[in-house]
Amino acid sequence: MLIMRHELLLIVITVILLIAEIFLPVNSKRKIILPAILLMAAVTVAGFLPGTPGVLFGGMYQNTYLTTLLKNILNIGALIVFIQSADWLKQEQNRERISEFFLLILSTLIGMNYMISAGDFLMFYIGLELATIPIAALAAYERMKEKSAEAGVKLIFSSALSSGILLYGLSMIYGTTGTMYFTDVAPLITGAPLQVLAFIFFFAGMAFKISLVPFHLWTADVYEGAPVNVTSYLSVISKGAAVFIFTIILYTVFHKIAVLWSDVLYGIIILTITVGNLFAIRQQNLKRFLAFSSIAQAGFILLGIIGQSQLGMTTVVYFVLVYIFSNLGAFGVVGIISNRTGKENINDYDGLYRTNPNLSLVMMLALFSLAGIPPLAGFFGKFFLFTAAAKQGYYWLVMIALINTIISLYYYLLVIKAMLLNSSDRPIERIQSDPYTRIGLLICVAGMVIIGFTSPVYEMIFNLSFGLY
Amino acid sequence: MSILTLFIIIPVLTVVGILASKSHMQVKWVSVVGMGLQLLSAVVLILLYLAERRAGNMAEVLFVQDNLWYDTLNIHFFIGADGVSVAMIGLTALVVFAGIFASWDITDLPREFFTSLILLATGVFGFFISLDLFTMFLFYELAVIPMYLLIGIWGSGPRHYSAMKLTLMLMGGSAFILLGILGLYFYSAPDGGPLTFDLIKISKVTIPADIQLFLFPFLFVGFGVLGALFPFHTWSPDGHASAPTAVSMLHAGVLMKLGGYGCYRVAVFLLPQAAHELGWIFIILATIGVIYGALGAIWQKDLKYINAYSSVSHCALVLFAILMYNQTAINGAIMQMISHGIMTALFFALIGMIYGRTHTRYINEMGGLMKVMPFLAVAYVIGGLASLGLPGFSGFVAEMTIFVGAFQNAGTFHRVATIIAASSIVVTAVYILRVIGILLLGKIRNEEYETITDAKWYDRISVIALIAGITIIGMAPLWLSDMINSGLGPIMQKLLAVTP
Repeated sequence: MLIMRHELLLIVITVILLIAEIFLPVNSKRKIILPAILLMAAVTVAGFLPGTPGVLFGGMYQNTYLTTLLKNILNIGALIVFIQSADWLKQEQNRERISEFFLLILSTLIGMNYMISAGDFLMFYIGLELATIPIAALAAYERMKEKSAEAGVKLIFSSALSSGILLYGLSMIYGTTGTMYFTDVAPLITGAPLQVLAFIFFFAGMAFKISLVPFHLWTADVYEGAPVNVTSYLSVISKGAAVFIFTIILYTVFHKIAVLWSDVLYGIIILTITVGNLFAIRQQNLKRFLAFSSIAQAGFILLGIIGQSQLGMTTVVYFVLVYIFSNLGAFGVVGIISNRTGKENINDYDGLYRTNPNLSLVMMLALFSLAGIPPLAGFFGKFFLFTAAAKQGYYWLVMIALINTIISLYYYLLVIKAMLLNSSDRPIERIQSDPYTRIGLLICVAGMVIIGFTSPVYEMIFNLSFGLY
Repeated sequence: MSILTLFIIIPVLTVVGILASKSHMQVKWVSVVGMGLQLLSAVVLILLYLAERRAGNMAEVLFVQDNLWYDTLNIHFFIGADGVSVAMIGLTALVVFAGIFASWDITDLPREFFTSLILLATGVFGFFISLDLFTMFLFYELAVIPMYLLIGIWGSGPRHYSAMKLTLMLMGGSAFILLGILGLYFYSAPDGGPLTFDLIKISKVTIPADIQLFLFPFLFVGFGVLGALFPFHTWSPDGHASAPTAVSMLHAGVLMKLGGYGCYRVAVFLLPQAAHELGWIFIILATIGVIYGALGAIWQKDLKYINAYSSVSHCALVLFAILMYNQTAINGAIMQMISHGIMTALFFALIGMIYGRTHTRYINEMGGLMKVMPFLAVAYVIGGLASLGLPGFSGFVAEMTIFVGAFQNAGTFHRVATIIAASSIVVTAVYILRVIGILLLGKIRNEEYETITDAKWYDRISVIALIAGITIIGMAPLWLSDMINSGLGPIMQKLLAVTP
């Protein structure tokens, strides 16, 4: 029982919320917000209790210290998203559908947990689908808005397509090896042409989920159309989970053809970072802006994967953790401003510091952390990513990535320029944020500041990543 | 705990104090107290250092403190100081202290201004005391980023453009540095054993020649961008011209020294062989920079641009001297950094004060200021004379040392380069005397200027502190040059090992 603790706990609170939803009258659905957040917080805390590693269902499900940690990271992220969503959920138009939000997010979270713990491609695929389909419903949450509905449809189509490609690849793997278990497949991967094809399909399918260039085309539209809080969940937690399992599968299943996939990654990294960055410069809408910035960030994460070592794995996990706090910080600010004023463009942020100094500060810290400026955690994350890649001798790749950090700094500074340097005749008026938002942003800031300065988090991840590569 | 940690703790506490203070006045006084303490501890540090050396302590670095930070990557918070870093710390403390008084008039968002200014100073102090490449790099970036806000919010003229250009160019430089640091890290233990970012340990190993040749350009250019190496200096005139007074002071006076210090401490010290083989390229660039900066200054009409170009010239001379492979020249380079740092801070402070009174920085629109603001005018003349290398001021000591040292080099190439670079002194005299003539002497051209007042008390503190620095070094340079020399042993050993 303890082995599947994370999933079971999430299922329990999902059921509790489901039952509560039935008995709550329509007008008092708001009352579910606080219990939902508290339950999620309890689950997050419970996740940190010492766990038992082990294997279930004959190897389909495996739990290690590392997967426990990864699930905890996702739980923290989801908790922050819950807290940040409270302000938005309380709005009048969401009155009847508050619990759906929690239920759908919790089910994707359960899917992600199963995906990460998969010991077998079938379990992996089931988890992946469970993690994807409810998000499409979430993207279309504000169903009266045309863009939101469009986002939902786009997401479901593109994920259906990518799942199809992924499945095709998996079937080829089964065809060439006769098994679906990671441990059995791994020694049978020899780099035969069909397996290479299978790998490419698998890679393409995952690249859709992580939105790597050239599989990123759905990202900006979906991010823009979906409600901000859903977008933040999609861009951070969803992407983080996909990156985790992608790394694990590359390292454990495909490690024999590492030469092949590191070449593929090399090209994809350059494309992803560069295209993501160059498109981000042109964006006016902050959600699209953050969408392209998150594409570029995904490219940076791959630098850790290409590191192909314990250091690489550690860095990927560490960077995703840092990225959760930084990006959720940025989305939190965009979210509250969008919910209160409906303004989402960079121009609208002109002179924000004079009216809303605290929100601007959080936004500035978050963007600096994303850009990798010390002493924020993003700096450490990026530094370690570069170290991991340089360790394998990819100096030129690191150089290209470094040049891209300068480009990214440019567009992050554009937002900071709008908030602090520009002045405006009609600035966004003073926003009185509610306690939920404040707590949510405070957690993000604390994360950005503390995780970098203090090394224990990194050391802990390093020790848990042992033996993966 | 080493005394050096004070240089991180005091600024951080000051920032906390600033954020906690309620009124503008309180903000300023907290800053003054904090940076005053900083200056005091810098003086104590210098005295302690001299005492240690006199007592016969021949350790390579003193006041060492070593804390393990990231175990996995062997990153340490490792601080310590030798003669060179102690001198640079003294410079920084002095300029920051004067800078606080020079920005007494800031009324727009003072809390944010002083916070950014002191954060910048923290980065600079941290950079000078770090002996671990990782921490060094961290502090380097920490020093660069507040510039964006300082210039962008409180600057003048095309401030948005200048701030962005400066930040991106300097961060571009830092990208080069990072690659170089990673390269050093992975070759820091050729015989096996743990990799390290420790500067002292890396200096003890011999890095293969081809790796040196690959890494040296990255490191030298990376730091060179901040040190105004010739084709990468273009951020400097725009940045200085747009920045508010205190920021120009700190930037030209201290931040540009990070570049020179980095070239000296990281690029040349750790990669001596590459520095020897590739040095000629950068000597040519630096020589061009020296002449180009000086000639550029002649053509400018804006006081800040004049001083910015003169800074390019003087800072290029630092890089020139570092590459000369000669103890005297390198000693001169460090002296030049100190001397130019104080001098240029004085200039920018005065320009800010003059601008605050006349509301123009174009020299043609002013004239005869000696009559209405004698104190500031005299201070300007002193700064000018120091800049053109008049004996008795710090500029003379530094430039003399550099050129004497550089000319001792036997090679024709080095001697020719020295002669060309030395000719910049003449050009310097031209633009300095021209400015003094037009700006201060003669008749008052604009009637409005009849009524302007001389320096206020806070202006005076700032100016006097800086002039004291210039004259003390100018009159009694020996203690400083001995102190610097005491830190040059290790680098000279490495350089002599590679020069045939």
